[in-house]
Amino acid sequence: MALAGNPNTGKTTLFNQLTGHRARVGNYPGVTVERRSGNLDLDGPVELLDTPGTYSLLARSEDEQVAIAALLGMDGHPRPDAIIVVVDATQLVRNLYLALQLIEFGSPCVIALNMIDEAPIPPDPAAITALLGVPCVPTTAREGVGMDALRGALSATLAHRSAPPRPGVPYPETVTSALDGILAELPDGSADPGMGLWCLMSEAPGGSERLKQLVASARAHTDIDQDIIAARYAFLETLDSAPPEATLTERVDRVLLHPIAGFAVFAGVMLTLFQVLFTGADPAIGLLEDVLGWLQGAATASLPAGVLTELLTEGMIGGVGNALVFLPQILLLFFLLGLLEDSGYMARVAYLMDRVMRALGLHGRAFVPMLSGLACAVPAIMATRTLERRRDRLMVMAVVPLMTCSARLPVYTLIIASLFPPSSLFGIVPVQGLMMMAMYLFGLLTTLAVAGVLGKTALRGQRVGLILELPPYRMPTAMALLRTMWERGKIFLTEAGTVIAVCTVIMWALLRFPALPEPPGGVVSLSPAEVTAWQADRLEHSAAGRLGRGMEPVLAPLGFDWKMGVGIVGAFAAREVFVSTMGIVYGVGEDVTEETPALRDRMRAETRTDGTPVYTPLVGVSLMVFFSLACQCMSTLAIIKRETRSWKWPAFVFVYMSVLAWLASFAIYQIGSLLGIGT
Amino acid sequence: MESSAMPQTLARLPLSHPATLRAIHGDRPFRRRLMELGLLPGTTVEVTRVAPLGDPLELQVRGCRLSIRRRDAEAVELQPLALAAK
Repeated sequence: MALAGNPNTGKTTLFNQLTGHRARVGNYPGVTVERRSGNLDLDGPVELLDTPGTYSLLARSEDEQVAIAALLGMDGHPRPDAIIVVVDATQLVRNLYLALQLIEFGSPCVIALNMIDEAPIPPDPAAITALLGVPCVPTTAREGVGMDALRGALSATLAHRSAPPRPGVPYPETVTSALDGILAELPDGSADPGMGLWCLMSEAPGGSERLKQLVASARAHTDIDQDIIAARYAFLETLDSAPPEATLTERVDRVLLHPIAGFAVFAGVMLTLFQVLFTGADPAIGLLEDVLGWLQGAATASLPAGVLTELLTEGMIGGVGNALVFLPQILLLFFLLGLLEDSGYMARVAYLMDRVMRALGLHGRAFVPMLSGLACAVPAIMATRTLERRRDRLMVMAVVPLMTCSARLPVYTLIIASLFPPSSLFGIVPVQGLMMMAMYLFGLLTTLAVAGVLGKTALRGQRVGLILELPPYRMPTAMALLRTMWERGKIFLTEAGTVIAVCTVIMWALLRFPALPEPPGGVVSLSPAEVTAWQADRLEHSAAGRLGRGMEPVLAPLGFDWKMGVGIVGAFAAREVFVSTMGIVYGVGEDVTEETPALRDRMRAETRTDGTPVYTPLVGVSLMVFFSLACQCMSTLAIIKRETRSWKWPAFVFVYMSVLAWLASFAIYQIGSLLGIGT
Repeated sequence: MESSAMPQTLARLPLSHPATLRAIHGDRPFRRRLMELGLLPGTTVEVTRVAPLGDPLELQVRGCRLSIRRRDAEAVELQPLALAAK
């Protein structure tokens, strides 16, 4: 059984009411569209499939295409035995238009006349049943009203499983004569008028050459789309209905869409969202790190020292930690996205920001995932599912890793604090702050530039006109919000989280093997200074160390030595790991932060064989630009893999970002060296 | 008035002036979807607001609030204002 309806009709609320707490979330095969289904208890459990909202059975987007295929049983989807069409009682005719199309296709339907409490003149369910020939049940899904009656109507419909009677839509002669010709041409079994009408209105009706000719000639003689749609509207308008008096929403929008007040509120909302995302997760992340640290400590203390214990503590517990650390941010972001979406404000965000995002060939809604990218690309990429078009999703996923995320901050801080003086330009502009701001700006500009290039090349989409509905404001329900958070968190942990954990173990092994023989008497016998020196030797001896050395010829033209190469390899686990890897490489110890003075001093003191310092301001800029552009984040790649269901897109993102990073750093270091700037 | 002489489109309709829709042009999927949302010849449409950055437009049609871009609104032809019931 399937659930269909226009967007903003309370379809998901109804789905939650009918299926309780047991939804299965997955993807439709081959596409990024999410598939939710749950069990509905009638006389036995019946699978209920939620489909993306659509206004019509003629698709404009991939989501709609999936919804339509699932509803009609096309493209290998099983055809549902019955369809619940959720209809917004305050927008009766427009919503029944979809129901009418499904009924014309002969699908057994039950109409859930939802939000009946909001209609000033409640439509008469009996009149709808009389007109359309299918059961119609008034419901108020958010309060659970009408669910039993809906279940009863569904049981009855499932028991019959017969196509509803053909509705008497008064099509003009232009349509009926074209339809007769087409019906004769359709294969037996699908030769029903619903299919015939669909062929007449579809861009790609399929079928025989003769069928295509018939459709083309019918379209040449008359405006067939308009004839069919107008006849359906005339038929449905025989019902009494009145639009809602959306006075409250109108009053609120007078402020929220106001040129000045509206932007002020918008800026406030977005700042709050960003701030909560940036810092709100910190207590939870801190707690998580404490618990994992305690676990690692307890395991180290109680197990015999050795490689297996290290695998458990640093590889496995560390890997689970690397995945879990994203969870607080993801839960927070989806809570906030749910608030924006369910309240109706997201449509206003799209309305206000459309002019800006249009420049990138994106919809106004894309603003929120892009903004989230300033905190972390992983939740931002998960947030792209609020976008309707596949092309828009891919575009945001491809460019959002370029935004300056919070994991780049420790790297920038370390480099800036080590290499740039804490003085001020002209006595007022602090150099270090200016550098940090320049890096943010650089990230933003490259994001925009890459989006511009991709929009003209790999992701060139045809221009699609924006049609945005501004639904009335509604109070979000706690249950729906918690449910989205729970589902998103679960998907992340089970699918992307496992990839991240496995990658962490691999990274651990790369940094640990081949193993350096333990010093006689074991590491415990060494003094602290000897331990850090031994750790540095061990890292150099490891696969990652060798990789860093092996990369030296490639990195040297960027101004990097092999030690930075090791840091770059280590940073693939997560960018901020660069700091602790450099701590080990320079023998300062692994427990360093970007604020550790010893590490900064050690970096400033590092010299090349000819005695010149390794870290010049020019190398610093080159290194920061490299970190700004390179995809040094396996978690980002893991989440892109999960969201696109293919390795193609993560591979593309990794390659283009790495190439871009190398070229940019190469240009900066070489040109800077030639001109003698910052050397 | 000169407005009745040139073809009136939704993009040029002044704010808060309900007008009667005459025809929709433009590419087929977009045109078809607007009609499916109830923008049919004879329907009354009104531009109720313009977004702060100048685009998109907000429309009121059949008690529903829709937003489309100004460029797309060029494709929506209206009855000359002088003839529209006001």
